[in-house]
Amino acid sequence: MIYVFDGSLEGLLTAVFEWFERKPGQVTLSLEKIYQPDAFTESLAIQNDRAKADRVWLGLQKKLSKEWMRKFYCAYLSEIPEIFNSLFLFTIYIFQNPAGAEKNYGNEHVLTLSKAARSVEREKHRMEAFIRFQHTTEGIYYCGIDPDFNVLPLILNHFKNRYADQKWIIYDLKRHYGLFYDLNIVEEITMDINTQALKQPAPHQLNEKEELYAHLWKDYFKSTNIVSRKNTKLHIRHVPKRYWKYLTEKQIG
Amino acid sequence: MSERLREKLSILADAAKYDVSCSSSGSDRKNTNKGVGNGHHSGICHTYTEDGRCVSLLKILLTNHCIFDCAYCVSRKSNDIQRAAFTVDEVVELTMNFYRRNFIEGLFLSSGIFKNADYTMERLLRVVKKLRLEQNYNGYIHLKTIPGASDELIHEAGLYADRMSINLEMPTETGLKLLAPDKSHKDVIKPLGFVQNQIVQFKEEKKLIKSVPKFVPAGQSTQMVVGATPETDKEIMYTADAFYKNFALRRVYYSGYIPISNDTRMPVLGTQPPLLRENRLYQTDWLMRFYGFKVQEILNDANPHLDIDIDPKLSWALRNLQHFPVDINTAPYRMILRIPGIGVTSAQKIVQARQFGKLHIYQLKNIGVAYSRAKHFIKCADTPFQMKDFQATQIKAFILAESQSKYLKTATNQLILFK
Ligand code: SF4
Repeated sequence: MIYVFDGSLEGLLTAVFEWFERKPGQVTLSLEKIYQPDAFTESLAIQNDRAKADRVWLGLQKKLSKEWMRKFYCAYLSEIPEIFNSLFLFTIYIFQNPAGAEKNYGNEHVLTLSKAARSVEREKHRMEAFIRFQHTTEGIYYCGIDPDFNVLPLILNHFKNRYADQKWIIYDLKRHYGLFYDLNIVEEITMDINTQALKQPAPHQLNEKEELYAHLWKDYFKSTNIVSRKNTKLHIRHVPKRYWKYLTEKQIG
Repeated sequence: MSERLREKLSILADAAKYDVSCSSSGSDRKNTNKGVGNGHHSGICHTYTEDGRCVSLLKILLTNHCIFDCAYCVSRKSNDIQRAAFTVDEVVELTMNFYRRNFIEGLFLSSGIFKNADYTMERLLRVVKKLRLEQNYNGYIHLKTIPGASDELIHEAGLYADRMSINLEMPTETGLKLLAPDKSHKDVIKPLGFVQNQIVQFKEEKKLIKSVPKFVPAGQSTQMVVGATPETDKEIMYTADAFYKNFALRRVYYSGYIPISNDTRMPVLGTQPPLLRENRLYQTDWLMRFYGFKVQEILNDANPHLDIDIDPKLSWALRNLQHFPVDINTAPYRMILRIPGIGVTSAQKIVQARQFGKLHIYQLKNIGVAYSRAKHFIKCADTPFQMKDFQATQIKAFILAESQSKYLKTATNQLILFK
């Protein structure tokens, strides 16, 4: 039996609800986008239902610690196609077992989920580290990103708490949405422009001081290096090449 | 104007880079009154140098003018180099503008000693006060204590800094006297002790009165230069251990000496910094702080030096085979931690997971145990029956043959360079 859902958290949780209502035995959860029907396997299209989803979420909260709820959410944000089925089976496993079952690292779903959560947390941490704001002429600190996972919801608070006295935008160019802080609240925004062009704001869009500080930062980065200790392999392990495009210190010129 | 600023930054960042401490962790300072910045409990490395070290703070000297002549230091009086000094405002501007662009977690401010200790300390204090009081800046600040500065200035600095540090420089008094005759460990011990006392006192008061301000919330640290003088690893780590205990230090840093002069008292120019040794010292430091090892178990009169070809945890295990094999499914946590190939995270997962049934080899691998290393030291549910007991030398040979240790490669590479 295959349950087909739309990729939303609500859909995933509804699927769990439906399973417990029908107890159809072994079920795989599949993503609508990639699901290919075949003649031999029965399928059920999940109709999202907020009330059902909420009940499952509340139920989970009763069984799992805050830390594990966070793992669950992070794993979901990984958007790895196989993770949805793992989350689905994990939830069923948690409800069917006495409290504490999530600590069973011998269990396949526990492990898959905590590994995915780890990767997402790492990406979140990297974004907190590698985001480089540029001060635009409109007085907004801007940065465009394209993270491996959907981490904007996870970094929101960090940036809101830290940069409370400056306007900023962090825009996910891959997922076509961003966060805008206007000195009061953070709003989700979409920008109806060619995001390709937004990767680097054009020079005329930038504050006059911007170039000076980019230079100073590059100079600083150069001076911190100790030539006799050079270790490129280690450097790349810490700052994988795919992130270089974000980094002011890595831009040439 | 900006050209001069760029030049100053290059000189004063270059001179500050030999201080290896980079941590921005341990501060939970909040962003109050909608200012800018806050502490991050575990710190953030915003980038890494090309030699692979974390760049978290804007690490600069206020000036590289200095009245002293410490042989191991680029800023020493007798060294013929370009000198520069920032103004207080320049440091404040740089910090704020780097911070707002998310380049850094904060400021690490140190200085050569110009005129005298108090004059220097007073300048450092002005930077810090301006950031906190005028800019409403709540990001991280690591401030160097200038040896010989008065208690009043150190006390005031502690009200604004997140971390303070003062470097031991050489692991032993003899080593220090050899290279910096004007200095002594006493100059370091006194301010360390003073700040430590204040930290304890403020914490006590805070229990009673909520409004008591923070005092050096991220604690103190120190640094030792390794390889400039002939101390043994045992001497280095026993000193570190004593300072951890006596001053509740958050961190001791070990900095492999990078030859910077032709002074005959030290390794000659062009000698490679002892990176592998530095790494082994850090590993030992971790074993002491997170793995429950006593320093005497790792280094003692019979073993005054750390092995170069294997890490200190494996060394200890091979010297103490009587404790092995450890049964993964029954042994206490502290013994699991001592198994080579098992780190803190895996050890924690093991003790949680085994409540649900005996663990098997495939599960250990999934949990993240380096099984090819650990297998010589453990028993689990499906460990193959072993016919004979291996000797330490045989196990070591197996592990070395299998491991693709990058450090081992660096080691051979270094040995070639030393020829
Ligand atoms: S006092 Fe400090 S800055 Fe001056 S020479 Fe000695 S180590 Fe260098």
